[in-house]
Amino acid sequence: MSVSIEQVRHIAKLARIAMSDEEIERLAPELNNILGWVEQLGEVNTDGVEPLTAVIDQKLRLRDDVVTEGNIRDEILANTPEAQHGFFAVPKVIE
Amino acid sequence: MTELTSRTIAQLRDGFRSGEFSAREVAETYNAAVAAAKALNAYTVETPDDALYAAEAADKARGQGNLPPLAGIPLGIKDLFATRGVNTTAGSRILKGFKPPYESTVSANLRKAGAGMLGKLNMDEFAMGSSNETSAYGPVISPWRRKDSNVGLTPGGSSGGSAAAVAASIAAGATGTDTGGSIRQPAAFAGICGIKPTYGRCSRWGIVSFASSLDQAGPMAKTVRDCAILLEAMAGFDPKDSTSLDLPVPQWESGLSSNLSGKRVGIPKEYRIDGVPAEINALWDQGIEWLKDAGATLVEISLPHTKYALPTYYIIAPAEASSNLARYDGVRYGLRVEGEGLNGMYSATRAEGFGAEVKRRIMIGTYVLSAGFYDAYFTKAQKVRALIKQDFRKAFDRCDVILTPTAPSAAFGIGETTDPLAMYLNDVFAVPASLAGLPAMSVPGGLDGQGLPLGLHLIGNELDEQTVLNAGLAIEERSGFTARPEKWW
Repeated sequence: MSVSIEQVRHIAKLARIAMSDEEIERLAPELNNILGWVEQLGEVNTDGVEPLTAVIDQKLRLRDDVVTEGNIRDEILANTPEAQHGFFAVPKVIE
Repeated sequence: MTELTSRTIAQLRDGFRSGEFSAREVAETYNAAVAAAKALNAYTVETPDDALYAAEAADKARGQGNLPPLAGIPLGIKDLFATRGVNTTAGSRILKGFKPPYESTVSANLRKAGAGMLGKLNMDEFAMGSSNETSAYGPVISPWRRKDSNVGLTPGGSSGGSAAAVAASIAAGATGTDTGGSIRQPAAFAGICGIKPTYGRCSRWGIVSFASSLDQAGPMAKTVRDCAILLEAMAGFDPKDSTSLDLPVPQWESGLSSNLSGKRVGIPKEYRIDGVPAEINALWDQGIEWLKDAGATLVEISLPHTKYALPTYYIIAPAEASSNLARYDGVRYGLRVEGEGLNGMYSATRAEGFGAEVKRRIMIGTYVLSAGFYDAYFTKAQKVRALIKQDFRKAFDRCDVILTPTAPSAAFGIGETTDPLAMYLNDVFAVPASLAGLPAMSVPGGLDGQGLPLGLHLIGNELDEQTVLNAGLAIEERSGFTARPEKWW
């Protein structure tokens, strides 16, 4: 499988990274190189193999669904590029 | 007092306790050494007041006779660890100016143990790189140079600032993180020790995420004993990390013993690969002799899926990274670049905030997770990962620890490796243990013909850091490696 310029443009859109045509044309062969190389995994017989989900066996813990740390709005907002009225502010999404 | 910086952590601890010097003297000496080493570009932020504050507390506690284990020890903290009120940027433009209102569990554990922070250490952007060249702050320059050469060398990566700082004695020890070799390869390049513990030993909480199923913190220091001391302080159960191991922390330092009688050392035949310099294979053979001399017996083992570890890693790590890095959207922290509407703002922010290697990996990760390709790439890789894990399970039925070289070359020059795939090959020996979540360590073995350090790599069974450290100690005692870079900075 190899990715086309159009596919690279689509991936960039999915990844929310603005890219010029030049960048996309430069990136396509790089990605194809890497993807071509990882495709050697096709040689490995994985019939009947369960995909690994936890690298060290352990039980997932449960905890009570309660607030553990609250009332820290100002700390949470302290690093935002833009806050308004105690909220994160983003460009208008509804006309 | 400059000689204070040449001491190990164990020596600093003992000298401070016996009253030979104060913690303040140690902190001041290190602060001065850090300030004088700007040419290395190892620190992204210097925090001399933090180091002094911890030192004063240590001096005061000494008077009262109740000292925490790392009292009076100044450390460097990789820029991937969130440090309260101190810039934490993961070597990226996109986190410019981010001052966390919280502290990572690992660095908080070190502070609780009495350590001071000298500053934040430079690194490859989001820990993606093997040479420190992807950092938004520019590359760290290794304190090491080839014989009769002024060419700037890489300290390795991604924990390159940590490795350079320890090697140049501008930190007594440092934190690193290892996703696919990022502690061990720079430790080898810089002639120091570094251990990645079993996945889950050190909490990931407050460490900027790269690939969560692989990321693991660990110490980097001059000696094996220093690594044991630091790891004891860093490790421990943390309810805030869902994959943290709920197990007591072993007393690795008091368990240190270089007597390996009864231990079986596995030598994996698949790690004899083409294109590795003869000096590295010769050092590997020397390492085998050292471990035999320490009482171990040798077993040839087979890890048949070794050659598939790197391609497996380069599906899984970018996939997890593409998900983890989705949080950098210009809304909650860091950089924001205005664009057309909300999506335009996201795309412009991420275009300007991420560097080329990070973009490349996000693109690969997005692709392998996208509809229609998920099973062919991601599920396939997780299956091969299960086989790699199984290889190690079988091997550890026959041996107690595995010995290999750490990296396929010594440190290379900055700008010498431009092909991404060639760069990825640096971690060919390191990545399998990461995929299997196993403890693994690099210890210096000797210098190559150009006068650059080479490392030996020990991989242990799950939760058996002790055997890794003990085999490391056996090598350290026999290699007699004491070389330090000649000061040029």
